[in-house]
Amino acid sequence: MFSNFDFDVIWRSLPYLFYQGMTFTVMLTALATAGGIVIGTLLALMRLSGVPVLTLPAAAYVNLMRSVPFVLMIFWFYFLVPYIGQWITRSAQPLQVGAFASCLITFTLFEAAFFCEIMRAGIQSIPRGQMAAAQALGMTYPTTMGYIVLPQAFRNMVPVLLTQTIILFQDTSLVYVIAVTDFLGAASKVAERDGRLVEMYTFAACVYFVISFAASRAVAHLQRRIAIIR
Amino acid sequence: MNYHWNWSIFWELSPDGVHTYFQTLMLGTAWTLITAACAWIIAFALGSIVGVLRTTPLAAAVWLGDAYVEVFRNVPLLVQMFLWYFVLPEIVPGAFGIWLKQLPNGSFYTAVVALGLYMSARVAEQVRAGILSLPRGQRQAAMALGLRLPQVYAYVLLPMTYRIIMPPLTSELLNTIKNSAVALTIGLMELTARARAMQEFSFQVFEAFTAATIIYIVINIAVTFAMRMLERRIAVPGYLGFKAPAAGH
Repeated sequence: MFSNFDFDVIWRSLPYLFYQGMTFTVMLTALATAGGIVIGTLLALMRLSGVPVLTLPAAAYVNLMRSVPFVLMIFWFYFLVPYIGQWITRSAQPLQVGAFASCLITFTLFEAAFFCEIMRAGIQSIPRGQMAAAQALGMTYPTTMGYIVLPQAFRNMVPVLLTQTIILFQDTSLVYVIAVTDFLGAASKVAERDGRLVEMYTFAACVYFVISFAASRAVAHLQRRIAIIR
Repeated sequence: MNYHWNWSIFWELSPDGVHTYFQTLMLGTAWTLITAACAWIIAFALGSIVGVLRTTPLAAAVWLGDAYVEVFRNVPLLVQMFLWYFVLPEIVPGAFGIWLKQLPNGSFYTAVVALGLYMSARVAEQVRAGILSLPRGQRQAAMALGLRLPQVYAYVLLPMTYRIIMPPLTSELLNTIKNSAVALTIGLMELTARARAMQEFSFQVFEAFTAATIIYIVINIAVTFAMRMLERRIAVPGYLGFKAPAAGH
């Protein structure tokens, strides 16, 4: 069964897999998480504002993103981003966007919808009395949010946000559909070049498993440590 | 934007020479729904078994269930699809591998198995959480009445569990439908793949993807609505989310 399993092909392609592939995957995960949390928090504030002009577009956006497959959204943005770029820069031709920038925009905007729902739950978990107390002290809405509500909401939601980041890390493999060289893309290119599909895909699965498993264990540990005792 | 819109493209003949683009999208929708439905049956059945295993008093069963969930949850679905599609036929004994490779509609069966097992880990999480949310007095009372362990689950714990976890199961069902799009990477011509093919042949990128997006939204709304009806019928009286039947006529 594993008699002709070629470990050497994995060994030889390690630099390519990790320097090229994993760097892309990790950078994409980190930046999309950061961007997604910022935009997601803004969307959550919009949804909770109670002002229909803000609530409705935010809700529509989040529900749209949550009801279509990620793969379809990757295709959408892959073709749409150059046109939006052209519209913003007012150039004559659709803007040429690099693979990384295109993926980053896609993942940030898509994950923002999911981070929005997490942050919304986090904000709603703060007792209403705190809002009232801050207002009674004469604090404005931005000050209340920035100094009272959001720091606690964020802290309460850190484990969930990190779990979502692990999901995002796994989802980055889907950039395969637009032929980008992330970790899986790199593995797949070597696999097809050398005709070593068994070795490369098995190895890729192991690497994803080890990283995701270790990360989810770390999150569980963190969750126990930072849980607020009430 | 200097994009040339052409919404009548849907009524033009696709390169297969038989169907219009609209019809190819409908065929894709059918494949999406069939794949998701078959995968959901696997996910629901296996997920229930694994979820139950993880709440039994048997340490080995709990360990096995936990390991199952960790394996299927920590490898991306796309990689799992590749493992089933490219790797499995190579590592099984020769004749069986060849049979697997020559299987008609191989990408469909692979997608169903891969998606079903992937989602079963998520269903198992929900089933386990549901069982653990029940007051432990229910299990103890059932044991005290002399029911054996399988009976405790079949007659006492599971009927309550399924009624409680309906809302999260609904979102896992919706996830199954959405995740079936990943199967386009192994050649299943489901809805997203059809939209992509339409874009490649007709160059009407945004019409094709708009149509696919609308179809997914309609499926989403229909499934959500149907599940809400079901949820309302089977909600447990006394729990949050239960709405008492309207009084009077």
